[in-house]
Amino acid sequence: MSQLLILAAEGEAENPLIPPIPELVIGLLAFVIVFGFLAKKLLPNINKVLEERREAIEGGIEKAEAAQTEAQSVLEQYKAQLAEARHEAARLRQEAQEQGAALIAEMRAEGQRQREEIVAAGHAQIEADRKAASSALRQDVGKLATDLAGKLVGESLEDHARQSRVIDRFLDELEEKAEAGR
Amino acid sequence: MSADPTQVLAFETDCHIFDGCGFPAPGLHSFLFEPLWGDADSNLYFNKTMLLALLGSVIVVGFLWAAFSKPKVVPGKLQMVAEAGYDFIRRGIVYETLGKKEGEKYVPLMVSLFFFVWMMNLWSIIPVAQFPVTSIIAYPAVLAAIVYVTWMTITFKRHGFVGGFKNLTGYDKSLGAVLPLVMLIEFFSNVFVRPFTHAVRLFANMFAGHTLLLLFTIASWYLLNGIGIAYAGVSFVMVILMTAFELFIQALQAYVFVLLACTFIQGALAEHH
Repeated sequence: MSQLLILAAEGEAENPLIPPIPELVIGLLAFVIVFGFLAKKLLPNINKVLEERREAIEGGIEKAEAAQTEAQSVLEQYKAQLAEARHEAARLRQEAQEQGAALIAEMRAEGQRQREEIVAAGHAQIEADRKAASSALRQDVGKLATDLAGKLVGESLEDHARQSRVIDRFLDELEEKAEAGR
Repeated sequence: MSADPTQVLAFETDCHIFDGCGFPAPGLHSFLFEPLWGDADSNLYFNKTMLLALLGSVIVVGFLWAAFSKPKVVPGKLQMVAEAGYDFIRRGIVYETLGKKEGEKYVPLMVSLFFFVWMMNLWSIIPVAQFPVTSIIAYPAVLAAIVYVTWMTITFKRHGFVGGFKNLTGYDKSLGAVLPLVMLIEFFSNVFVRPFTHAVRLFANMFAGHTLLLLFTIASWYLLNGIGIAYAGVSFVMVILMTAFELFIQALQAYVFVLLACTFIQGALAEHH
């Protein structure tokens, strides 16, 4: 009991809400030490680094964005080139087709011409042959007829000029008849 | 008891239950220390709490020095931990209450306050020291006074004398007839009560916490006799639980102290109270 009283007396003497001056001074000193180091050196230090880090991260993001933009533009360029190439190819194909068609038409025209030439040459040849044959025939027929006539009338009709005149007249008559009969 | 200069522990070690020895309950005497140097009657002395306070400062500065003196853009483990704490105060408290633009100026003060208070609280459960520096009113009082001076300076600098007075009294014409009463209460609250409660809130929490820890620790030892041993075990479990709880309270009180400091300054910065 007496101990309790002593404790109570001590408690009254030392009110825990009344700060002793030396402890205030030491408390202030201790805090000033911490504040001084933090405010003057350590926090500016770390702030600088945090800022650098932020910039580094944002720089990285910007770089990535730039790369993406470039890739996009390259892709577009590539697509444009591809489209152009396709267009060009189509154009070339078209041109080749047209050229081919023109060439075929030309060849066909040439072939036609050559054929006509050949046909015409053949006709001319045939005509010439016919003429030659007809003249040869006419001579042979004349000769035969003359010979026959000479044998029949017994007289030589060897006078050549007269002979041929008669034969020609005869043949012309024949031809006229043939034409009239046609 | 505390007057005995040879005593280093907070209680008598040869005192057990059933030995005809009363329970050496913790009390105000548990918060008094014989000077390590000097004379308690003069104002020139050095005691355990002073030693812990200065040592705590050195530890806080040492820790942050190790973490921030040569900081790297890609942080190491220590820097990462310290940065987390720094960022918590800066973003979590200062920017949240004061905003980034206004708050930036007060970040060093608030960060210092937080780490300082936390360290001083942590002494409570650090073996051998085992005494929260902040359970001596002088330390919270100094810190609260620093905040108070800062707060008042801002109030009058920002609003002028009349404006500052209006700010502190919550002057608002629309209140009409009750305005004088409101002004009186607000003035009293802001100018006298707030700094006092700011300091005492921290002090009382640490004081109570330390007393509880002492109570269970002393009981664990005191009951260590006969049937009392079973109760000593229970008491010891309480010591462990209370230590864990204190660890939480220490950080929480440091946070609350800084948050209140920011709130006061926020009020001073506000254009219209």
